[in-house]
Amino acid sequence: MARSVTPRRKALNTAAAWSVGLLIFFPILWTILTSFKTEAQAIADPPLFLGFDWTLENYATVMERSNYGRFLWNSIVIAGGSTLLGILIAVPAAWSMAFVPSKRTKDILLWMLSTKMLPAVGVLYPIYLLSIQFGVLDSKIALVVILMLINLPIIVWMLYTYFKEIPGEILEAARMDGASLKEEVLYVLTPMAIPGIASTILLNVILAWNEAFWTLNLTAAKAAPLTAFIASYSSPEGLFYAKLSAASTMAIAPILILGWFSQKQLVSGLTFGAVK
Amino acid sequence: MATQHSRSAARFMMAPAVVLLLGWMLVPLTMTLYFSFKKYLPLRGGDLGWVGFDNYVRFVTSSAFWPSVMTTLIIVGGVLLITVVFGVLLAILLNQPMWGQGIVRILVIAPFFVMPTVSALVWKNMFMDPNYGLLAYLWEFFGAQPVEWLSQASLTSIIMIVSWQWLPFATLILLTAIQSLDSEQLEAAEMDSAPAFKRFIYIVLPHLSRAVTVVILIQTIFLLSIFAEIFVTTGGAFGTRTLTYLIFQRVLESQNVGLGSAGGVYAIILANIVAIFLMRIVGKNLDA
Repeated sequence: MARSVTPRRKALNTAAAWSVGLLIFFPILWTILTSFKTEAQAIADPPLFLGFDWTLENYATVMERSNYGRFLWNSIVIAGGSTLLGILIAVPAAWSMAFVPSKRTKDILLWMLSTKMLPAVGVLYPIYLLSIQFGVLDSKIALVVILMLINLPIIVWMLYTYFKEIPGEILEAARMDGASLKEEVLYVLTPMAIPGIASTILLNVILAWNEAFWTLNLTAAKAAPLTAFIASYSSPEGLFYAKLSAASTMAIAPILILGWFSQKQLVSGLTFGAVK
Repeated sequence: MATQHSRSAARFMMAPAVVLLLGWMLVPLTMTLYFSFKKYLPLRGGDLGWVGFDNYVRFVTSSAFWPSVMTTLIIVGGVLLITVVFGVLLAILLNQPMWGQGIVRILVIAPFFVMPTVSALVWKNMFMDPNYGLLAYLWEFFGAQPVEWLSQASLTSIIMIVSWQWLPFATLILLTAIQSLDSEQLEAAEMDSAPAFKRFIYIVLPHLSRAVTVVILIQTIFLLSIFAEIFVTTGGAFGTRTLTYLIFQRVLESQNVGLGSAGGVYAIILANIVAIFLMRIVGKNLDA
């Protein structure tokens, strides 16, 4: 794979790629840098890149003033809860489709995918109304269920793709050696499925964490997660760049780190296996 | 291997997922259809009876409709053009031998993980603000008059923000596709002294066509429904009201549920047209 090139060529490639990479990353870098400045330094002319007094003041202010902890907790519950619930429902489904396929398996998979294409705005009012009627508007439980449902097709698909790669012969071999069904599932299948399940969880936590249609439209004071917390900075607090940056950095840092770990699964997960 | 017994067990295991998704699809959809044939104003009299296709006609003939369709097309088209063209170039660049490839990849992918409200606000305030934004400094540095991005060049601004979010996605998928390209084929072409440009046109590009199609279809589905980026930047003002945003305004802001629902049905039809093409490609892949 690795083609041999002249060191000169390699140096040029490196320079070009790093420049583009840093340019693309710059808005994030700038946000992180600004979060450590004072408000005056944040709007200094000319802009300050590194020569400023680093301060943690903004983080302290944001946490204190805006109840950041509650938004964070809401985000964790909503992203984590919807993912786990989704996994619980999707594992048996994907399992049976991968190991006991029938003629209709393909149709069911495609149909599940098609529910993902439903534009959210098309069903905004019904969901809004149902949330009111069930008394769950602005509650975490409503968002856990809704985000679980919108991500369920992706979860089933990803798990199906992973399970499909587990060779069926291994199961037969285990059975020949006298393994019971319980032993088969516990000692043979589960260890082989765990990496696939883990990356599915990872990708779905990211998707749920960043979801910004339902979280913005169905929450107010109580259940609002970080997406809504940041949206509340849209004016006029947003003009306090240092605080906006601190709040933003706190909102994206956990997912940025998770995301970097999951970049390999991202491709097959988000293209439903169409690109591997 | 599949006995009668395991078949019924399989059906049982699949049931929760199927039933839930069926409900998730049918219940709200039926309600949207139901409302779309009614004059329904929750804050001004509630259910005012059946009106046939009135809402459908009114939605399309309202003065906001065609501009919103145009806005949607410009945003989706603009973002697709930028992300696909730069995605291909970037994927080719990242596939070259270099030092620190892993780190560059991480830098390029990062914007995809930033939540939409954060990227929209950071761009709006810290980059596009005409007084204190970084782009204003840059413009002043070169002696130009700073641009009031989100009011004077609102569509361009939105396209820039959304492209920044989606470029990583396109790049990552195209890079994965490029890496599966048989390098011997390229080397053979190189030995036959085919110029780089021709190698790109005749070998790399055809190989990428499938991945490009997938990128376009998946992005279209997501781009048709971008919301947060407009919600926190312009709020639909300055000609940035997309079809999605128009429906949102009809339903939740002006609480004209019948009209908004008719719009929702249009949006669903539109999304399904795109979806059919995507499903074909994915379906073919399942057989392989």
